[in-house]
Amino acid sequence: MADVLEVIGIEKKYPGVIANRNVSLHVAEGSIHSIIGENGAGKSTLMKILYGLVRPDAGHIKAFGKEVNLKSPQDAIQLGIGMVHQHFKLADNATVLENVILGSEPTRFGFVVKYDEARKKLQEIADNYGLDIDPDESLANLGVGERQRVEIAKVLFRGAKILILDEPTAVLVPQEVEELFANLRELVKKGLTVLFISHKLDEVLSIADDITIMRQGTTVASRKPKDTNKKELAELMVGGELPKPRAGALKVSEEKVLSFQGASYIRDDGRQILNDVNLDIHGGEILGLAGVEGNGQSELIELIMGLLKPSTGRVEVLGLDAATTLTKDIRNSGVAYIPQDRQRDGLLMTAPLWENRVLGHQFAEPLAKNIWVNKGAAVEDSKRVVEEFDVRTPGVNVLASALSGGNQQKFIVGRELSGDPKLIVAAQPTRGVDVGAQAIIWDHLMKARSAGAGVLLVSADLDELFSLSDRIAVIYNGSIVSVLNPSKTTPDALGLAMTGAKSA
Amino acid sequence: MTRSRLFWGTIAPLAAILNSLLLVYLILKFRGVDPIEMFKLMASYGFDPRNLVSELNQTVAYYMAGVAAAIGFKMLLFNIGIDGQYRMGAFFGGVVGAAVNLPPILHVVVIIITAMLAGGLWAAIAGYLKVKRGVNEVISNIMLNFIAAAIIAFLLSPSLLGILPEGSQTLQTREIPASGRMPTIKAFEGEIYTFFFIALVVGVAYWVMLNKTVFGFNLRATGLSFRAARASGVNAPRMIFITTVLSGAIAGLVGIGTLLSDTHSYSMAFPAGYAFTGLSLALLGRNHPVGIFFAAFLWSFLERSAPVLEFEGVPPEIVIVMQGTIVLSIVVAYEVVARINLRQQQRAVGSVNVESPVAKEAN
Repeated sequence: MADVLEVIGIEKKYPGVIANRNVSLHVAEGSIHSIIGENGAGKSTLMKILYGLVRPDAGHIKAFGKEVNLKSPQDAIQLGIGMVHQHFKLADNATVLENVILGSEPTRFGFVVKYDEARKKLQEIADNYGLDIDPDESLANLGVGERQRVEIAKVLFRGAKILILDEPTAVLVPQEVEELFANLRELVKKGLTVLFISHKLDEVLSIADDITIMRQGTTVASRKPKDTNKKELAELMVGGELPKPRAGALKVSEEKVLSFQGASYIRDDGRQILNDVNLDIHGGEILGLAGVEGNGQSELIELIMGLLKPSTGRVEVLGLDAATTLTKDIRNSGVAYIPQDRQRDGLLMTAPLWENRVLGHQFAEPLAKNIWVNKGAAVEDSKRVVEEFDVRTPGVNVLASALSGGNQQKFIVGRELSGDPKLIVAAQPTRGVDVGAQAIIWDHLMKARSAGAGVLLVSADLDELFSLSDRIAVIYNGSIVSVLNPSKTTPDALGLAMTGAKSA
Repeated sequence: MTRSRLFWGTIAPLAAILNSLLLVYLILKFRGVDPIEMFKLMASYGFDPRNLVSELNQTVAYYMAGVAAAIGFKMLLFNIGIDGQYRMGAFFGGVVGAAVNLPPILHVVVIIITAMLAGGLWAAIAGYLKVKRGVNEVISNIMLNFIAAAIIAFLLSPSLLGILPEGSQTLQTREIPASGRMPTIKAFEGEIYTFFFIALVVGVAYWVMLNKTVFGFNLRATGLSFRAARASGVNAPRMIFITTVLSGAIAGLVGIGTLLSDTHSYSMAFPAGYAFTGLSLALLGRNHPVGIFFAAFLWSFLERSAPVLEFEGVPPEIVIVMQGTIVLSIVVAYEVVARINLRQQQRAVGSVNVESPVAKEAN
């Protein structure tokens, strides 16, 4: 098959930084082409170049057989190159149809929107590519997976022949990922081409026809999925062997570090979010909490941290009643908290790293001394975290927002594991981070376990749950529906339990 | 790092002031007067020692308003209620000061504390409404400004707390006795309020509190991200309430320099409009005590020297145009600087990524 998109020797320099150098890429028509690489490997820069957001300093791009010069996204769209962004750009208070046509409305006399025509065209696209969307549904009613389909429809509506998807699965739960993949397969069957950026190797192996690996701003290798495996891809991405989590023997202590005793939580609007949860975690074990997002995990965590109070029942954290203990006292007693939404709950984005090191540890020594913040200690310990967790930053005075997501996460994990916590609440600790960072984070969680800490690992990533957990509890619709032994269960069985099916 | 921050932090206000001068230059040119002559005239009048003294005294009041606004800004609070808080502070400071009989220094201390309490408690209403009832502080504060003015006007009636001195048209509180007054420093035929030094102490205390203490850390953290602060263990709603009260307490000091060193009584003649000025100054001074001080001085300098333009047939309102354009330009300039800074940092981060330890191994 002919190459529908060809990139030769692309180079992009920012002062002091080479974002892309000697990048070459050949994308066959009607294929799904994956580009993988660590956070900061230059994938995003390359995609911005292909979408006309950034102009390269050198190199050539050929699309549909012709040399092109992309000055703006408009040029790219004109050519038939569309981009589905990782963070959706949709208006909540409009309908699906309105969102799709926004900015390229078919009009009569230049100002009357031809809704009927647009609806017909959208319906055709939906039917043609098997996209399950209702043009008149209000966007506010849609879930993440459906929103993504709207984004894809938006791009197709503008006549795109090449779709660039920037980490499309980062926000999806396993079921939604399957639906997305089915959609993508349908698209390529109809002759479209998909560029798929990711760092999740399993997904790439299952969906891609071709894989190009990027490292430090350049394309280092290409593989076909059938000729490679996860380990090789990971090593190509990282440029060396990955550290392995050291499991060590299970040494569970007598002490309960966390205990849910019939805890329920009913929201202000009367909805029952958590229902009679009973759960114990002892020191030295990792309890995985599996579940599709939105089944009460967030509230369960907030009960532990004292941010919510149970409606009935009791939550004991290190022997303290979480309902009557201040969050700061819960933290001070030795609870580490790795929040799911790191940018909103875990970081002060516009504050320097060393201040972010203080966050959550500002109520006790060594980072606080009486009424004073101990800046010296904070700076020193930030440097230690940067070193130990391989946070890629030029220093600890850099703003948190300047770091890539994976490096932010490594910093948060490093911060939270400081001071030998007794209970670690880790929510999606490796979501959106690359394999290298994942390995580091897993390794440190394992070390904390060996050191006697109890870990509550809330995750939707089956791989992670199986790799780390000593026991896996499944939460569905606010109830713990089963507690499984990972060595005696299969990913399929766990996946089934997560959807609420009664386990055998 | 710090040097470049200082550079960018200084260049932005300077650019804003230059931009505003340029605009005023064009306006004056359009009116057919020589702009350079006008600027010279303003400068020579404004830097006249006698005028400098009164500018300095006005600076002190503006400075307090600026610091009060800055504390609010750090919490993303828009304290438009400074006007009402300042009135409450000055009024009750005046009333209590005249009512009690105490030894000299203690008397002044009592007045200052009363003013802070009055301003803080008045702000507490808006703080409570925001935290407990979700009322936007801008709305409640604007209304509280009117209510404060009305309450004071009511209490100033001669049958209650006010008096109408012979030959005067303006109601006022009783005079504070000598023991409750603050001395002035005689300079250039004028008198500098010694409250100036207290204002400086407040500025320094504000900075130390904000940047060095755990309380200040929690305050800033809550302002930067309510959710992250809460997750870290800060009682964020309580923090918002306390910050509102603190901002109000400092706003309560706005009129104290005049009260203790000049008028010795609160009257209906105390000027209004400190809220907008305070917010502008905090913006211009970037919530930094030194920056706010320069901004406050610039404001009083411009206002003091404006009337001289009238002799040349130029309406003094040109100064308001100048202040307005400065504030507008500064907002733009700071945004530009913030973006430049972030881009520089991202570049620095990017270069680390390319030279990562793993990379060296692989090559």
